[in-house]
Amino acid sequence: MASLSGEVGGIWMDNPVMLAAGILGTTGASLRRAALSGAGAVVTKSVGVAERDGHRGPAVVQVEGGLLNAMGLPNPSYRHFQEEIDIGRGGGVAVIASIFGSSPAEFVEVATGLDADGFELNLSCPHAERYGAEIGCEVYNVETITRAVKGSVSVPVWVKLTPNVADISALGLAAERGGADAVVAINTLKAMAIDVESCRPILGNRFGGLSGPAIKPVAVKSVYDLAGSLEIPVIGVGGVSSWEDACEMIIAGARGIQVGTALGNPEGYGIFRSISGGLSSYLERKGMALQELVGAARRFP
Amino acid sequence: MRPKNAKIVEIVCETPSVRTLRFDIAFDPVPGQYLMVWIRGVDEIPMSISYKDGITVQQVGEATGAIFDLEVGDSLGLRGPLGNGFSLLGEEILLVGGGVGAAPLALLGEEAKERGMEVTTVLGVRCCDDLIFRERFEGAGELVITTDDGSMGICGRASAGLSCLDLQDFDQIYLCGPEPMMADVIGRCRGMEAKIQASIDRYFKCGLGICGSCSIDPEGIRPCVEGPVIRGDKLVGTEFGRYKRGPSGRKR
Ligand SMILES: Cc1cc2nc3c(=O)[nH]c(=O)nc-3n(C[C@H](O)[C@H](O)[C@H](O)COP(=O)(O)OP(=O)(O)OC[C@H]3O[C@@H](n4cnc5c(N)ncnc54)[C@H](O)[C@@H]3O)c2cc1C
Ligand SMILES: Cc1cc2nc3c(=O)[nH]c(=O)nc-3n(C[C@H](O)[C@H](O)[C@H](O)COP(=O)(O)O)c2cc1C
Repeated sequence: MASLSGEVGGIWMDNPVMLAAGILGTTGASLRRAALSGAGAVVTKSVGVAERDGHRGPAVVQVEGGLLNAMGLPNPSYRHFQEEIDIGRGGGVAVIASIFGSSPAEFVEVATGLDADGFELNLSCPHAERYGAEIGCEVYNVETITRAVKGSVSVPVWVKLTPNVADISALGLAAERGGADAVVAINTLKAMAIDVESCRPILGNRFGGLSGPAIKPVAVKSVYDLAGSLEIPVIGVGGVSSWEDACEMIIAGARGIQVGTALGNPEGYGIFRSISGGLSSYLERKGMALQELVGAARRFP
Repeated sequence: MRPKNAKIVEIVCETPSVRTLRFDIAFDPVPGQYLMVWIRGVDEIPMSISYKDGITVQQVGEATGAIFDLEVGDSLGLRGPLGNGFSLLGEEILLVGGGVGAAPLALLGEEAKERGMEVTTVLGVRCCDDLIFRERFEGAGELVITTDDGSMGICGRASAGLSCLDLQDFDQIYLCGPEPMMADVIGRCRGMEAKIQASIDRYFKCGLGICGSCSIDPEGIRPCVEGPVIRGDKLVGTEFGRYKRGPSGRKR
């Protein structure tokens, strides 16, 4: 089998297929299960300074080609999260803590309050007031928050970007200037679904973020653009549910891939092995190394 | 799937704190499957299917309270049936229910009876006024009632009702009720845990197996899709009976 191991954004992985933030990552047990099921690394649910219950339900609704969610960043606060990271580490792969805050100081408080193998800054959640994309769509905020966290921890720092902007590369460049070790693209796209019988928005929060197959082409384009303008690695996420999808992300320029919504498919946690297995066979068949595949689409300008 | 609009066609007050709602749409559920019930403007919560076209709700908080404010003609949004449901195995089965846990068991008992199985039910309630679905269980087979205050049947917890039965006699044991009760029954069935199926209650948000809110320590079982019915031997050594998590994911 072709090797999939290597370094992604400062972290060594057996394979580049990771669990995406906020998918099952609330508990150490789920993180560990993803790791034992073959994920190359796992990203936790986003945690912040204060405990949050999240938005009222419905927190999700299935729509054509994807899923809408407005979980509302439920988390027990970083003060009650170290135990989960430690249990997650029992799975034998890197545990990246996804963190959020409303200011550089809050991000630093959470990052310095946790011992993780890396941090992913959630500057992109589209449905939480004062957090995520509300600050992450300004290049100034992305750069200063990244620099603040980078200056306060010694492990790799990744920055997760929102696609809900005119030019995602500008955000990526801001993260790079701030010292990020990688960017992760994309978080969900702003979206909404309305119940026609009651004329009510379905999500408890009225609107939320779209994920799943419907957003894959948007993610592929974002990864392609980012990889074309940044020096630091790009990690692709958005609608990956098969090895072909993962392959496409890599060819667009991704060094690593994260899987989210597809964990809800019938194969569940089995998706990690089916993606990495498929990738490996593909490389074998093509006689290529993983590194050669990264950004291969650029050969056709 | 988007929530389906369901109009309430009948409301039955089973006890002062438990009501059954019947809808203008029916499902074809495996007994033990649940619906995500959207009370518009309030919340979306999991409810076992108690009739093909109905749910049976105990008022405990905000969302269930809002259901109690609804009247015939009002509507709800329903996603489902979700989850695995009970699997009917063997010839002689035992149902053990506590409180509103009787809801999915009543549907299960009726289906078992239809398949020609021999059904025995033990229902534990606080007092005789809390008993629900007595006729449905009596129609399915033998019913043993226990009450905490002795106002009906055997005085004591559901487990007191079990002491008059030989648990070895049953091919399969089905549980739904308060967690301490279910944990207690599983504890009494040493060596037989694999023939127990328990419907368990956790904080469900997505119902799709992706948000992680309901995950069970230490293996990370996802009750919203791998359950809510989980085999007893898979619950042994887990958080079950010891703790659960609240909406933020914090243990409580
Ligand atoms: C698969 C599944 C099937 C279920 N089936 C049924 C059913 O058929 N009938 C039914 O009545 N309920 C059922 N439940 C439980 C039901 O979902 C909760 O009672 C409901 O979500 C509470 O919402 P709330 O907003 O009214 O209460 P909240 O406002 O969330 O809570 C109010 C208070 O009630 C307490 N509380 C919350 N949940 C429960 C609970 N389950 N039992 C006792 N106290 C609780 C809380 O701790 C809190 O103190 C089921 C749960 C699951 C997971
Ligand atoms: C239910 C749900 C919860 C999510 N929670 C978070 C989160 O806490 N932090 C974050 O950065 N992204 C979160 N995301 C976004 C995902 O990590 C991912 O970027 C997005 O869903 C696109 O990937 P996918 O199509 O593979 O799901 C969440 C997505 C979903 C569906």
